[in-house]
Amino acid sequence: MTDLPATTDRKLGLVIDLDTCVGCHACVISCKGWNTENYGAPLSDQDPYGADPSGTFLNRVHSYEVQPQDAPAQLIHFPKSCLHCEDAPCVTVCPTGASYKRTEDGIVLVNETDCIGCGLCAWACPYGARELDAAEGVMKKCTLCVDRIYNENLPEEDRTPACVRTCPAGARHFGDLGDPDSAVSQLVADRGGIDLMPEQGTKPVNKYLPPRPKDTWQGEVDVLAPFLEPVAEEPKGFLAWIDKTLEKL
Amino acid sequence: MAQPQVDTSPKVSDEIRKTTCYMCACRCGINVHMKGGKVAYIEGNRDHPINKGVLCAKGSAGIIQHNAPSRLRAPLRRVGPRGSGEFEEISWDEALETAVGWLKPLRDTAPEKLAFFTGRDQSQSFTGWWAQAYGTPNFAAHGGFCSVNMATAGIYTMGGAFWEFGSPDWEHAKLFLLFGVAEDHDSNPIKMGIGRLKERGAKIVGVNPIRSGYNAVADDWIGITPGTDGLLILSLIHCLLKAGKIDLDYLARFTNAPVLLNGDPKSPDFGLFLRDEDGKPQVIDRPSGKLMAWDTPGVRPDLTGHIRRAGVTHTSVMHLIADRYLSDDHAPEAVAERCGLTPDRIHALAAELARVAFDEAITLDRPWTDFRGERHEKMIGRPVAIHAMRGISAHANGFQTARALHVLQILLGAVETPGGMRFKPPYPKPAEAHPRPHAKATPGKPLNGPHLGYPQGPEDLALDADGKPLRIDKSFTWENPMSAHGLMHMVISNAHAGDPYKIDTLFLYMANMAWNSSMNSSGVMEMLTDTDENGDYVIPNIIYSDAYSSEMVAYADLILPDTTYLERHDCISLLDRPISEPDAAADAIRWPVVEPDRDVRGFQSVLLDLGARLNLLGMVDDTGAPKYADYADYIMNHERKPGIGPLAGWRMSDSGLTHGRGAPNAAQIDSYIAGGGFCTMHIPEEAQYYKPWNTAYQDWAVQTGLFDAATPYIFQLYVEPLRRFQRAGEGKGDILPPEHLRAQIAHKLDPLPIWYAPDAGNPDNYPIHALTQRPMAMYHSWGSQNAWLRQLHGHNPMYLPSRLMRDHDLQDGDWARITSPHGDITVPVAEMAALNPDTIWTWNAIGKRKGAWALKPDAPEATRGFLLNHIIHELLPPKGDGLRWSNSDPVTGQAAWFDLRVRIEKTTAPAEAQPTFAKLISPVGPGPDQLTWKTPS
Repeated sequence: MTDLPATTDRKLGLVIDLDTCVGCHACVISCKGWNTENYGAPLSDQDPYGADPSGTFLNRVHSYEVQPQDAPAQLIHFPKSCLHCEDAPCVTVCPTGASYKRTEDGIVLVNETDCIGCGLCAWACPYGARELDAAEGVMKKCTLCVDRIYNENLPEEDRTPACVRTCPAGARHFGDLGDPDSAVSQLVADRGGIDLMPEQGTKPVNKYLPPRPKDTWQGEVDVLAPFLEPVAEEPKGFLAWIDKTLEKL
Repeated sequence: MAQPQVDTSPKVSDEIRKTTCYMCACRCGINVHMKGGKVAYIEGNRDHPINKGVLCAKGSAGIIQHNAPSRLRAPLRRVGPRGSGEFEEISWDEALETAVGWLKPLRDTAPEKLAFFTGRDQSQSFTGWWAQAYGTPNFAAHGGFCSVNMATAGIYTMGGAFWEFGSPDWEHAKLFLLFGVAEDHDSNPIKMGIGRLKERGAKIVGVNPIRSGYNAVADDWIGITPGTDGLLILSLIHCLLKAGKIDLDYLARFTNAPVLLNGDPKSPDFGLFLRDEDGKPQVIDRPSGKLMAWDTPGVRPDLTGHIRRAGVTHTSVMHLIADRYLSDDHAPEAVAERCGLTPDRIHALAAELARVAFDEAITLDRPWTDFRGERHEKMIGRPVAIHAMRGISAHANGFQTARALHVLQILLGAVETPGGMRFKPPYPKPAEAHPRPHAKATPGKPLNGPHLGYPQGPEDLALDADGKPLRIDKSFTWENPMSAHGLMHMVISNAHAGDPYKIDTLFLYMANMAWNSSMNSSGVMEMLTDTDENGDYVIPNIIYSDAYSSEMVAYADLILPDTTYLERHDCISLLDRPISEPDAAADAIRWPVVEPDRDVRGFQSVLLDLGARLNLLGMVDDTGAPKYADYADYIMNHERKPGIGPLAGWRMSDSGLTHGRGAPNAAQIDSYIAGGGFCTMHIPEEAQYYKPWNTAYQDWAVQTGLFDAATPYIFQLYVEPLRRFQRAGEGKGDILPPEHLRAQIAHKLDPLPIWYAPDAGNPDNYPIHALTQRPMAMYHSWGSQNAWLRQLHGHNPMYLPSRLMRDHDLQDGDWARITSPHGDITVPVAEMAALNPDTIWTWNAIGKRKGAWALKPDAPEATRGFLLNHIIHELLPPKGDGLRWSNSDPVTGQAAWFDLRVRIEKTTAPAEAQPTFAKLISPVGPGPDQLTWKTPS
């Protein structure tokens, strides 16, 4: 059993905009590239050119269809990585203390030298956000790019997680969700950001911005109708209308 | 327990090398992080005009492509039968001498017997120049099977197209209408733009049978029936005209709506413009009522002008537009059902366009002066932006549909105005300012001009004195007169049929014609291996250049192995397809951030070497020695005309280095490398909109070297070159189409947009539409064998709408036989609800052939993966007239991929997706069993 800190100085995390995510997987691969070269063991790939390729990813995008009652079906792209929970069950379940939550920023990390690859944390995580690397036998997870966000070898504007830096649609935001005045907290407040599976009681730090209402045009038909009020029914009347209108200009 | 110490400031890399991505056609700037001389990590370049720091999945996976096990290692000579994949490695000298041995005698006797076609080529101004110097008329790139309908419709209508040459005004648009699949070119800019629209609260409407990708985030989704976009668009035009929601001032000033047309059906000039002695189209000046040339300083063209001259009534184009589109044939009630929509849906969209364009018009306080000398205090915008690409383009009615879309944009006043669509330099550029096609081959001599261009009438067709096609792909013939990008999908089929003639050598670059880049892939494989009565191959010699072990490699006789994109020089040139943005002209380079570790050479350098060995004009000096050491040398020192070369940045002037016009600079590539791999030339603020008519823009473009003289023009709602062809179809004029094509020409080359149903099989027998698209993580990417990307998209089921799943008693994972008029495939199915109810689709090019791309033979791409290509023929079903009718748009020759109609039957699961093909012998062997790399510093 490993203890969680009672509080953390900051609550760093991601805000992911489901209204804007086009499902392009840019974040997935940028994450794979950075984390293969950086924190801990590389993210390996088994059978990479064969029948059942299976590699370690710290971030994946899933797609779900939603079928509203009276509107066309929708497709939601849903990126998912570690949510850096305040009550992280993956930490408390760890038998060696390898999994821990940092007191200064709340990032949940795995200390790979202490990890025995037992997989209990992955079992305890309700989000399926941890993956055991098959080559190294250690647990891998999102580090919130702890080796980027403070990295003095990077220009200041690049001190952000790789997935956020690369996201073409700007659907991913990084910041301190413990500070109500931060840009990310403001975004969550403005857009009604939500916790993923709050009933699990994990108090995730990462938030999701829900998709805005879609396909609402039927409610606007009456409002829009006046914009198509005819000026003429046939060509002759239409050309006369042009002449009349041009005279007024 | 104490918290572990984490090194939060590790060294990132030894060095960053900035070059240009080539994982697709987007051409983003990348920072390549190097460790110990090796590529370690790739991220987007923040300073780059295209991607401003972001990078897609393909771009970040470039490291896997660069290190792919499928990379070819040395030149190869075929030793087994064609199609087997049996090769031996040879030296470059042997390879080049073999090629010269085939090409030299051809050039001296019949240069047209070389067909040189390039696929995902980003150096077309160079490869075209080479082909012109060689003297064959048979050159084009892959545009003909991609989106030429969009390019051609855009250029003829408004002197620019979507593609990567036009952009929605992301900063000002309030309504964005996106038609069809458009996730290929400009992929990161579109994603960034959609994000910006969302941030600004603008509305996005997606018109697409499939709600995936960008359509998934659209506020409104219109799940239209494939091939009916034109019907919808013309109905929107009907509604807007009827409501008077069009920009009259814009139409009068900047379009040919006021230009006068001969209205006498008996006149030989019926439907042609009334012109003055200088040949300039005439308008009525509204204040004076006098006839004037359209560009007369101070003229106020009258939209409803009409005049009787020499006994002939002439009326403005606007009259024709009113006559045609106010007709009830275009009313929502008349078209909605065919579009798979309700009339209310069309009315609501039209009303939304009207509301945003006119009630939410925007004004920028930027004075500017137009080409007639009139100063305007403000820039007025109709903030409706539209974008479209292959989705509407890849139909046999795609040209007219794209035309309709541009007419809609122009009627709203939403092109080159704030909030609408904006051109990127070197566009805007009218059709007349482009070359016309050239196809006259002379043994031992260069071709008489550039291959591809924009015909202005029948006299520009590539036909010999007997009316026989001069080009192997029959571009610029009566079958498809305006085929501005060629018809790559017809080259092998026509060469095999000897129609219009036989060829000797097929030379391909980066084009997987034996697999996913051909229609009728199984048939094409047979054509490539077919032998004549002597046992010789019908297509005698095939040379192919590729960096990877693609399916096409197995079908060539000689392989010239290319480098990866991180090992080569390239220029992304203003002469070709630059990286400009609406506010700036920009070009870029690639440079070898690492040297190849194999015996491979950049294809462009190889082509220069071949050119020198063939003694081609411009590639040898006066002594016959090679003029350029390699492609880098060409990039820096070649001049297309004095002062204008492949790269516009850092040229030499009297006062030092300059951008734009200038003499060659031997250190130009070093300057580009120091500058981050690109060069940007900003457009002055007053010149950023209204570019075709804006004096400040025209002056800037001349100064920059984009044009030699200012060329203001007006948008062509009515395209007179179409009328010239149509007139010939009606039997008028000196150059006439053959009888069997006259009705088609007269109908389909209409100078005002029309809609017609594509001819793609009897809907009673084939009731379902079948489409493909590439996933965003693979679009335009060369080979999905990439070990990271194939974990995202390694399977491609056929997606069926819920109704069809129920009707055919299918569950996810069941198998179905999909039958088109041409053949059938047996494939796994999966349900998708967010789909037009009569449409099925799958991811394209996931299916791979066993033995290709260094995949293991049991890879899902080779067992369950499949291509729809097998059931799309390059010809329409025979009509009983003995003629070969190409499955292409009759205006441009665009391959009509998306016209496919099928029927579905549930079937028992076969062992593998059908059809299956023999395993290729791989020249490289399969990839490793595990990847675990971390680049050592």
